[in-house]
Parts: sequence; C-alpha cells; structure tokens
Amino acid sequence: MTSREIEDLLRALAPQVLGLLVRRHGQFDAAEDAVQEALLAAAVQWPEQGVPDHPRAWLLTVATRRLTDEWRSERARRDREVAVAVREPAYALVAPAADEEPPAGDDTLALLFLCCHPALGRSARVALTLRAVGGLTTAQIARAHLVPEATMSQRIRRAKQRIEAAGARFAPPSPQDRHERLPAVLQVLYLIFSEGHTASVGPDLHRAELTAEAIRLTRTLHGLLPDDGEVTGLLALMLLTDAHRAARTGPGGELVPLAEQDRGRWDATAISTGIDLVTTALTWSPPGPYLLQAAIAAVHAEAPSAELTDWRQIVALYRLLARIAPNPMITLNQAVAVAMVDGPRAGLALLAPLDDDERTARHHRLAAVRAHLLELAGEPGAARAAYLAAARGTTSLPEQRYLELRAARLAGHAPVRRDAPGTGG
Amino acid sequence: MKYMLLIWNRPGFVEELSEQERAALFGEVDEIMKELTESGELVGGAALADPSQARTVRLSGDRPEVTDGPFLESKEQFAGYLTVDCDSPQRAAEIAARWPDVRRGFGALEVRQLMDDAGTEM
Repeated sequence: MTSREIEDLLRALAPQVLGLLVRRHGQFDAAEDAVQEALLAAAVQWPEQGVPDHPRAWLLTVATRRLTDEWRSERARRDREVAVAVREPAYALVAPAADEEPPAGDDTLALLFLCCHPALGRSARVALTLRAVGGLTTAQIARAHLVPEATMSQRIRRAKQRIEAAGARFAPPSPQDRHERLPAVLQVLYLIFSEGHTASVGPDLHRAELTAEAIRLTRTLHGLLPDDGEVTGLLALMLLTDAHRAARTGPGGELVPLAEQDRGRWDATAISTGIDLVTTALTWSPPGPYLLQAAIAAVHAEAPSAELTDWRQIVALYRLLARIAPNPMITLNQAVAVAMVDGPRAGLALLAPLDDDERTARHHRLAAVRAHLLELAGEPGAARAAYLAAARGTTSLPEQRYLELRAARLAGHAPVRRDAPGTGG
Repeated sequence: MKYMLLIWNRPGFVEELSEQERAALFGEVDEIMKELTESGELVGGAALADPSQARTVRLSGDRPEVTDGPFLESKEQFAGYLTVDCDSPQRAAEIAARWPDVRRGFGALEVRQLMDDAGTEM
C-alpha cells in the first residue's frame, strides 16, 4: 500500500473506531483523543511495518490501550495514596470477534450529528467534524484554516468540552433529531466545501483538500441516508461545482467567471455523476434547497456555452427555490438569470428591494451583481461605480482583483455616484 | 473570519498609572488572552515598542529616506495588535470592547477584517 492509500484507509476507519470506542466506554472527549493517537501511531508504523491483517481491530486495540492508560494516570493522580487495581478490560487485548461486526454506518452518523451539535459555534463544528469524522490531524486542519496548530487544538478541545457540558449523548439520531438537525450537518459539510472551493492554486493547496474532504464526507452521508433528497442534492451540487475547478482560475490564480470558462476543461465524469444524482432524486424527492441548487448547476453543466444555456429553466428553478427557501442571496442569483431571459432591466428591478434588506444592503455581492447588470444595460459609468463599490466591500483577494479588473475595463466612463451626497438621493 | 484588532493608545500612559492600576490593567489583558487561547480564537498578536524607537522610511526625491519617529505625529499611536479567528463580526467587536484601553478610555481598538485567498465563483 502506498502512504496515500494508507491515509485513505485510516481516514475511512477513523469514525468507525471512534464510534466503537465511545459506545463501549462513553467519554467522547477522551475516546476522540485516544483514536487520534492511534491514527498517528498507525501513520508512522504501517508504512514501515506493513498494514496489519485487521487494521480496524489494530486501531481499536491501540486506542483502547491509550484510553485505559489515560484512565490509569488520571486515577493515579487522584488516588495517589490508595493502591487501586485497574482491571485491564479483556477486549483491550484482543481483536473483536468476526461476528461482532458493528453497525459502523450508524456510528458515523451519530458522530456527525454530535460534531454538529447546536451547542457549538460554526468554526467549532467544522473543526470537530474534520477531526472526529474526517480523521484529519489537528495539524492538517490548522494548515487548511491558516491558524496555528495550538489554536486549532484548543478549538477542538473546547468543542468537545462544550458537547459534554451540553449533556449530548452518543447515539444514532432519532427520526425527529435527524429531521431537525440534518440541515445543520449539511450546512457544516457545505461550509467545509466552500472553504476549499476556490483555493485551487498556489499556496492554498491545503485548502483545496477541504473540498475533496467535504465531498468524501457527503458521499459517506449519502451512503448512509440514500433516501434523503437534500443529502443527494448537496452531493450533486458539490460534484457539479467542483467539476469547474480546472477552468475556474486562470494561470495567475485569477477568477474566471462561469460565462467565460473553457467548458472543455470541466470534469466530465463529475458532471455526469452529478446530473444522474439530481435527475434521479427529482423523481422521488420533494425539491429542497440543495436539490434545487443542484438542479440549477446541472442545467449550467449541460449547456455548451453561457449563451446556449436554458435560462428559462434556470429562472423557473430559482422561482421555486425563492418560494421554498426565501433568501436574499438567492434573489441575487435569480436576478442574473432573469436578466438573461427578460433583459438587464428586469434583473435590476429584482435587486431593488435588496437595498432595504439589512442582510444584503451592504453586501458586496449585491453591488457586484448590480454592476454586471448595469454593464449589460449599457450604463458603463454606473456599472464602474458599482464594481468599485463591490471591490471595496469584499474580503476575498481574488474577487477584489476580478472586480477591479471589470471596473478598469470600463475606465474612461465617469463613475456616477448613485448615492453621492448633495444630489438629493 | 479573521480580524486584526489594532490597539491605538497614548504612548507613555502606563507610566502615569499607580502600581495597583497597572496590575489591574495587565490582569485584564492576561484574562482576555487566556480566554481567547482556550476558546481557540487567538491566532496571534504582538505589542510594539514605544513610538520613540520607531523609524519611518519613505521616498524622498528618488530614494528612500529613513527618519526617526513614527509615521503620524498623532496623540494616539499604534501600540500593538491581536489577530483573532471568530464566527462573527459582532464577536470581534465584543472582544475589542473588553480590551482595557477601550474600557478605561486610554485609547481605541480598530477592528479590521483580514483579506482571504479564497473567493466565490461569479
């Protein structure tokens, strides 16, 4: 086995071993540390000494030993004067019997729900999911988020304490839990995906791995919940979006917008898998937000060019999406599609109410979309001003460069300040 | 989201504090730093030497010229920074509001979001 294959194996086994350990001993926090140590030990030993015949049993034994060692020293610390015999649990020494095949899938699901617990903030959910379910090391997660390892290590430790303090139990989610909390799990997976999404070049290769990890985890979840339309939709959305990766950035790392991408460089396999998932799911699942976004991505993927895109169908899908999940960020995308069908003025009209919505009024995406539509409408001065406003508002360097470039192309046209003081606006 | 909290205060104000006030001030700083470390929000930070030790480099004619002293001759000077990684701009502002320079009126904190290398497809 190559070290890459060993890593893949370890990552696949990580949530299974952790699930077994927690079910036997409770103590998610300590068990998670023990599994992490076992993974590190395996990553050092297996490439040199070969992969053991029963890799999961190996990991379970080592992790259990670490856990009991931890208990022993903890005990020794507490009861220094009292001699206490700590009985080594028999299963720490032997591999589980062949017939003791655990429901590994249920454990993975339970872990995912635990890591996305409502007591945790967004970044804590992401970090814990990557470590406990994804089997990434703290160092890898820290690198991907561009923070020191000590910071990430504390974040994970605190997240585990919070979960314990909240009295969360490690158990497969009940149907009601699943219904209520699955959206939070999907949001975390999507967040992991988008963190890596556009960082596909240069110094950010580590972040690009997050995209692959998000797809891997979502694929696992899809395997566990094949009947959930939203899980299917999210997986399809990720595959269809990630299919653009090679075409999305230019040689200097600059963003290439969808309309200008070389579609020959799109990943055809990912696209056909994504389209299959969406098409099938739409026949049996009610359309949820992720499934609809995937359907929109599928329409884009099927088009040979931006001009030959079935914009009418995209508008219809956005209309449906806006009805079941009203959200101003969706209106922004809807406006672009409407402009392609009914002209830029119709798109601009759709944007007007967003000026009064505090979620979007100062958001750079509103200015960026408005700039694009004003440019299409033949108002280069106003378009330029909007591009510049968007460039000032974004915190993404590639986006800023892109927006400044668009503005520069319209240079020579006096920017019209729509909100200039003294104009009675 | 990462934020840099820029600490601006009047140079030398610490010298005017009593021993007790000084201990309380640094105690507050230690407490916040401990909290941010334990929560996994602290990315980094540094305190700057007194502005009297500063040198400013700028173009003079066609070559860079080095002069003693800070860039701005203002009452408040840039004294240090900390970088945090937190879930919302509100949380970043909350941390800034608790910094003793703000709480005790010795200065102000400027909260600036860091630019990111990732971006969304447009």
